[in-house]
Amino acid sequence: MADIAVQKKADLFGKKERRLLIDPLDDNNPITVQVLGICSALAVTSALKPSIVMAIAVVLVAAFANLTISLLRKGVPGRIRMIVQLVVIAALVTIVEQVLKAYQFDLYKQLSVYVGLIITNCIIMGRLEAFAMGNKPWQSFLDGLGNGVGYGVILIAVGFFREFLGKGQILGYQVLGSWYTGNSLMLAPPAAMFLIGIFIWIQRARNPKLVDVS
Amino acid sequence: MDKESNFYTIGYAVVLTVVVSVGLAFIATGLKARQDSNQRLATKMDILTAVGIENLAKANADEIFDQRIESVVLGPDRVPQEDGINALDIDMFKETRLPKDNQRYPLYVYKNEGETRYVIPVYGNGLWDRIWGYVALKEDMATVAGVTMDHRAETPGLGAEIKDNPKEYNDPFIGMNIYDQEGNYVGLSMKKGRLDDPAHQIDAITGATITADGVTEMLQEGVRAYLPYFDQLKSN
Repeated sequence: MADIAVQKKADLFGKKERRLLIDPLDDNNPITVQVLGICSALAVTSALKPSIVMAIAVVLVAAFANLTISLLRKGVPGRIRMIVQLVVIAALVTIVEQVLKAYQFDLYKQLSVYVGLIITNCIIMGRLEAFAMGNKPWQSFLDGLGNGVGYGVILIAVGFFREFLGKGQILGYQVLGSWYTGNSLMLAPPAAMFLIGIFIWIQRARNPKLVDVS
Repeated sequence: MDKESNFYTIGYAVVLTVVVSVGLAFIATGLKARQDSNQRLATKMDILTAVGIENLAKANADEIFDQRIESVVLGPDRVPQEDGINALDIDMFKETRLPKDNQRYPLYVYKNEGETRYVIPVYGNGLWDRIWGYVALKEDMATVAGVTMDHRAETPGLGAEIKDNPKEYNDPFIGMNIYDQEGNYVGLSMKKGRLDDPAHQIDAITGATITADGVTEMLQEGVRAYLPYFDQLKSN
């Protein structure tokens, strides 16, 4: 009995599966290494709260879109596969939006701007095309989860610094005293570009194998 | 079966589209009643916020609204209509697209312990999508008692501040008079840079010029539409 349980666990979270989850957090981060999903990373990170909400939404959509496409992968005709992927993403996003509107109206009102942005997020389509089309459902689900979290972590970090330096606040609470004059530049989208640039710099300085030698 | 044949490809697309659209239509219809009642409750809470009743529990909002607020629908001639339509049922975004002599104007009159507030719904366009709000006037139909604003898709941290930061962008309107000293209508506005008329203006949001212009337009024109009715009330 115990042997079977261990065996099963190893299958679900084997070495490969763990790499699927962990790689996108650092060495293969969708934002800082693959430089995908930048548009939404600039748009929604002016404060910490929307960044967190967007991160959660993307994690869910990435994981379930990957799962769905992986289940469908054997039947999808090659010529229209991207459209099929887009339909799946859009349908999932719409379902999330409708359910929130019915059961979590306050959250829906906060999210409404970002939900549409998820559909255009290149990370999700990138993972569908690069991974879910050729892998089993469970691995695809983990890959989606990992990439969603990898994106979310950067988003939350950017959101934190922009709100903290831009307004002296964290999640809307004033943490720096009235002596602090907010830096309006941090609230404008280019600030996210600077911050992501700095993150990339730190990451590559720490991990030379990421440095592009060409 | 050949997965790459035209027949299969078209068939796949048709089946997928039909399945997804039927599924989504089913979900949307099933949830509609709940969504509409959420929306209605949110509108009621916005109106109550405009008269200064904030942080209500949702359960109480319905009751307080029904007890204290009487809704009036004004016809194109700004005379109250008697056909029994509820002001909350009027979709102002459709209404404002009608020809001027067909438009109706909903108004919410709040009465509690001798206090009267006239709550005017106002509608306009922000940078990305529609914006709307409620302006509450005191008994004199001139002094602002409260303002709330909401939006569908303004930029967080910039245009969205009209909703997220009421302390800076809604509350400063309180106490302003919509008329100047000679009794001419001036209205409320948001102004960038130095305020040349601080009695009727508040400082606009840095980085959200178009939203602020939309707010000004909405507050100015939205309130202006109700002035004939207030004039009638005053002369009676």
